[in-house]
Amino acid sequence: MNDYHLNHLKELESESIFILREVAAQFENPCILFSGGKDSIVVTHLALKAFYPASVPFTLLHVDTGHNFQEALDYRDELVAKNGLRLLIASVQEAIDKGIVREEKGFNASRNALQTVPLLEAIEKNKFDCAIGGARRDEEKARAKERFFSHRDEFGQWDPKNQRPELWNIFNGRKHIGEHFRVFPISNWTEMDVWQYIYQEKIEMPSLYFSHKRNVFERDGVWYADSPYMLKKENEIVEERVVRFRTVGDITCTGAVFSEAATLEDIIQEVAASRTTERGTRADDKRSEAAMEDRKKAGYF
Amino acid sequence: MTTTTQEIENFDSKAYLDMELLRFSTAGSVDDGKSTLIGRLLYDSKSIFQDQIEAIEAASAKRGEEYVNLALLTDGLRAEREQGITIDVAYRYFSTPKRKFIIADTPGHIQYTRNMVTGASTANLAIILVDARKGIIEQTYRHSYIASLLQIPHITVCINKMDLVDWDEKTFNQIVHDYKAFASKLDIKDVHFIPISALAGDNVVNRSQNMNWYNGPTLMYLLETIHIGSDLNHIDARFPVQYVVRPMKNEYHDYRGYAGRIAGGVFRVGDKVKALPSGFSSKIKSIVTMDGELQEAFAPQSVTITLEDEIDISRGDMIVRENNVPQIEQEFDVMLCWMNEKKMVPRGKYIIRHTSKECKCIVKEAKYKLDINTLQRIEDDIEIGLNDIGRVTLRTTVPLFFDSYRKNRITGSIILVDEATNETVAAGMMV
Repeated sequence: MNDYHLNHLKELESESIFILREVAAQFENPCILFSGGKDSIVVTHLALKAFYPASVPFTLLHVDTGHNFQEALDYRDELVAKNGLRLLIASVQEAIDKGIVREEKGFNASRNALQTVPLLEAIEKNKFDCAIGGARRDEEKARAKERFFSHRDEFGQWDPKNQRPELWNIFNGRKHIGEHFRVFPISNWTEMDVWQYIYQEKIEMPSLYFSHKRNVFERDGVWYADSPYMLKKENEIVEERVVRFRTVGDITCTGAVFSEAATLEDIIQEVAASRTTERGTRADDKRSEAAMEDRKKAGYF
Repeated sequence: MTTTTQEIENFDSKAYLDMELLRFSTAGSVDDGKSTLIGRLLYDSKSIFQDQIEAIEAASAKRGEEYVNLALLTDGLRAEREQGITIDVAYRYFSTPKRKFIIADTPGHIQYTRNMVTGASTANLAIILVDARKGIIEQTYRHSYIASLLQIPHITVCINKMDLVDWDEKTFNQIVHDYKAFASKLDIKDVHFIPISALAGDNVVNRSQNMNWYNGPTLMYLLETIHIGSDLNHIDARFPVQYVVRPMKNEYHDYRGYAGRIAGGVFRVGDKVKALPSGFSSKIKSIVTMDGELQEAFAPQSVTITLEDEIDISRGDMIVRENNVPQIEQEFDVMLCWMNEKKMVPRGKYIIRHTSKECKCIVKEAKYKLDINTLQRIEDDIEIGLNDIGRVTLRTTVPLFFDSYRKNRITGSIILVDEATNETVAAGMMV
């Protein structure tokens, strides 16, 4: 008798592909929220697999804070060109110029939270009825209770206490006009699963994830990349160190880790040995105990 | 914060790629040690990170608690932490060198049926906690009934707090005896009993030194080794079509691929198949993935199937083997779990979703409601509201192709959606 079983990565892949196909079938105009980070890269890869040999029926939406790592932008443009994808950019800078949002002041100023407004505006203007994200439930405690299909009201808000029950593999994407969904196909993946999958699938990654020399400075235990977007205090000294990034987001709130990991195998070893979560390097989560929950309710990713 | 790379034992990538995935649910009520047990599993498998421990230490201190409250790890939302309760199903992840685990952690006290049913719907295994001092109580019945109704293939009864009954073998045996007597009335195939102390760690990951009379596996050993290869139906081939792939490219002129996730059985190239509802027959021409074509594919793989003949197939249709066809009915009975504050409307109309198909249905008749604490059928009060379970006859506008839930959890399950609010109001299992 044959042994019909899938290993866990294959099973997770199959589940994610199933969800991406549900999105294509249940929604008129979905987009993938693409940040250039590893999770949105994996989601895009899964979308290529889900509809092969046809093209991906989603637009990539990049919410651009203007404070990017150049490497992430280059990677994005190459990926789009190589796979014939559609890309749309929602700009935080434009929203600031138009006076829709106000830039934070002070040393810890970040445009991270400001992303919510241009994101919701882009969703409304382009009539996206579903935005696919790369969030995982193991990342953060508010995310542990997020559904695969997460309903948003006409203001783009999340109501964690009134979520639709989600059973078996039946997903209910019905909504009223003006409402939309956030869908998270890799909800069940862990950071380790993502890296193993990248390794298994030989997915090309932005160079930021690998060990390199960079000018960095320390603030509150986090090492930040030196950039014109960050105001430094007097006692903060820029030094060149060998680092890499475990997550890639807005440059002003993404911390680097000291690391010699130069290959995917090295990164996997490092993740296996790591005693801190990847969001431990994210300043945006440290603002309060429920920082992520508050941002999510307001319509953040 | 920095990541250190020292003191690493070499992580075995190859072994990691070969791991199986086990999904289990835990159900429990206040004070039965569920959070402690989950905390123990996460902690002993090194799945709690330093910054997570620091975060809950800080939170515990702020609340004036003397000990580190492990429940804070699992209570994700602000309201939950403030009220010290769990509102919703929470999913947790950990892995050992042998398997990757997904825990659906469901609260026992509020909205218990709704949450437990949700958590149980995808589980391979259910952990039911029993307090050794209290023995089998009403909640044990309830949890076990839901596990059996949702056809979770394996049940593990953990008799917890053995330290508080002096590690007494007789107490354990009595509880096992009581449970078996009650479980004989349920549809439970595989049940294990383990005496544990989640607080002290006995028989959770490490074997207990206090209960030499127990020769069975520890909980972790059981989770790592229990055979789950037969949990899915690999006999009756079922392929609900999710999406039609039509590449508008020159090299794929006339290409029509049927994309979906195999819900049961095995499909091979050359198989004689039938499309439902049209009834037209054809042969499988190819099984397509981006990694190359496959000769065979099985549940739960997501693939794209092409057929030899051009027949009209769209989302909601099902491809099956010619000689093994599911039930095709417009009227059928389901065991329905109601999940919404708004009660079920007798003769009410709802949207029904079954695999990739959606149509309308009417509640023709409610036959009985179940008292899930006593398993008594209630026939004189058949009003079905939040957290109620009952047997109901539905009539759909078009025929559904389905199996009994017992035979296949995917092709045997439905949800009902309220037309006005779009909320998922009920989950049903084909009788």
